Amino acid sequence: MDNNGKPHIVPYKNHIAVLAVLLILTALSVAVTSIELGPLTVTVALLLATAKALVVLIYFMHLKFDNIIYSIMVAFVMFSIISIIVITFLDYLFR
Amino acid sequence: MEHIPENTHIHRDDEASKIGMWLFIFTEMLLFGGLFIVYSIYRYLHPVAFELAADELDVAAGTINTVILLISSMTIAMSVSAIQKGDRKKTLMFLGATLFLALMFLVNKYFEWGSKISHGLYPGSDSLHELGHGDTLFFGLYYFMTGLHALHIIIGVVLIATVMYRVYKSRVREDKYALLENTGLYWHLVDLIWIFLFPLFYLVT
Repeated sequence: MDNNGKPHIVPYKNHIAVLAVLLILTALSVAVTSIELGPLTVTVALLLATAKALVVLIYFMHLKFDNIIYSIMVAFVMFSIISIIVITFLDYLFR
Repeated sequence: MEHIPENTHIHRDDEASKIGMWLFIFTEMLLFGGLFIVYSIYRYLHPVAFELAADELDVAAGTINTVILLISSMTIAMSVSAIQKGDRKKTLMFLGATLFLALMFLVNKYFEWGSKISHGLYPGSDSLHELGHGDTLFFGLYYFMTGLHALHIIIGVVLIATVMYRVYKSRVREDKYALLENTGLYWHLVDLIWIFLFPLFYLVT
């Protein structure tokens, strides 16, 4: 484990940059959903939310600097949740 | 790991405690994931009612709370950087800011729920009953999911206050900050859940 001795210290200004990205994505999702896009609205809102979630996971939750095993576990859990959603909808759409 | 320092008297494994925290976070993700499935299926079954009901929610209040939570995520991430640098004063300052923002979130939520309840929109109310099945489901899910999220915020407030006390007493310090790191992970999870709650309840109208 490479992070056993010395931890990776993220500089303060990097945290501010990450926050700026998150705020821009929030402003974007509020602006986009205020326009009438029909069924596209849900898709766009969820895509922007996923982008924000990934930024939080990778930078604030340190996945970028931690052992790869954490990223693998997170990917596995996300894959499980998405699979359950898809399977449930397949059931509702084709029953 | 064969290189155990000679001055290690008490067994401590920060890496393991972090993995434990992540495992807990996964159970939380699955809990809210299940609720999101319930929401999306009912939205699919009652599209018009959900759209009209979501229009009732205050986008401004939701946006303010989103910004509050995002900033608080940054301040707690900064407090981890501060403790790694051994800066106790800044750690306490950033944790204090996080605590303040968490309380602001709850105050905002109080006024938001308060105005909905005063308009007669609460589970089991007569006006919801008149609006029909779809609206009842929407507001039921709204109160349950944002309520469960707010409960997580309250737990976070207790956790952050505990960590602050321990940092103050130097029981959490430069070479021993797993508790702060795990509290940070928990707080980011709370932020993560809100990132999905916000568009689904407030924005998609």
